[in-house]
Amino acid sequence: MTIDWAHFTPWTSLAGGLIIGLAAGALILGVGRIMGAAGILGGVVDPRPDDIEWRLWLIAGLLLAPSALGLFSAVKTPIIETSWPALVVSGLLVGFGTRLGAGCTSGHGICGISRLSPRSFVATALFMASGFATVFVVRHLLP
Amino acid sequence: MRATLSFAVGLVFGIGLCISGMTEPAKVLGFLDLCGLWDPSLALVMGGAVAVGLVAFGLAKRRRFALDGEPMQLPAVRDIDRPLVVGSLIFGVGWGLAGICPGPGIVDVGFVNPRALVFVAAMAAGMLAFRFVGLRLPAPGPIGQDA
Repeated sequence: MTIDWAHFTPWTSLAGGLIIGLAAGALILGVGRIMGAAGILGGVVDPRPDDIEWRLWLIAGLLLAPSALGLFSAVKTPIIETSWPALVVSGLLVGFGTRLGAGCTSGHGICGISRLSPRSFVATALFMASGFATVFVVRHLLP
Repeated sequence: MRATLSFAVGLVFGIGLCISGMTEPAKVLGFLDLCGLWDPSLALVMGGAVAVGLVAFGLAKRRRFALDGEPMQLPAVRDIDRPLVVGSLIFGVGWGLAGICPGPGIVDVGFVNPRALVFVAAMAAGMLAFRFVGLRLPAPGPIGQDA
């Protein structure tokens, strides 16, 4: 294993993490819900009665975040290099998998681990492991 | 209050994701590439978020109601079952293919990135597919869903 020192951003990543933690804390204490992005979107795609409005507001906040941050500082525009077909396959797997597994990086990886939930520890270990394996196959095994 | 707070949380969550680097797929893939040049940044994102989260969820566990008066909905499911295992493995494959997970995917749509829009549309389709396959979340009540 070789550390990529050129791209390692310990301070901004830690700061971003603390901010994400504050948001998750505000949602559970203020609204009583788990800040899991897949679960929140899932509840819009497959809605239950009277449980959609707060989700739409939260998603609106996520969508406006780049513009809001842009008012105060330069924001790095994301570059997505994955091919269109791979992007569609990736999205389908992420959508289906997070519903079946009841959570994603924020739901299990941040909120679940913060709750010390054994399910979330297992889920996080597994999606990390299959993420590592997938990148290994794509970058080091495929031509 | 619920609407305002949810909107503010989305905004702060999204800003945190931008600052952390999670919205850049190249950075996420750099973290997932253990055997290449490895960028450990994302471990610090998770560490920072969990450090704050431990305090917040520790407080939340002792409360029955949230500040807006609604019941505190902490997941009650405890079994490590097959859907959890299989679903998480499938999610990881999708995450590794493009370096995008649900939160950052939505934020990247906010950058008016057409590829992010395609990703999120496919993700929503995957969620709908799950619904129509007939599999349901472990307890389809208000409580029981992890995230």
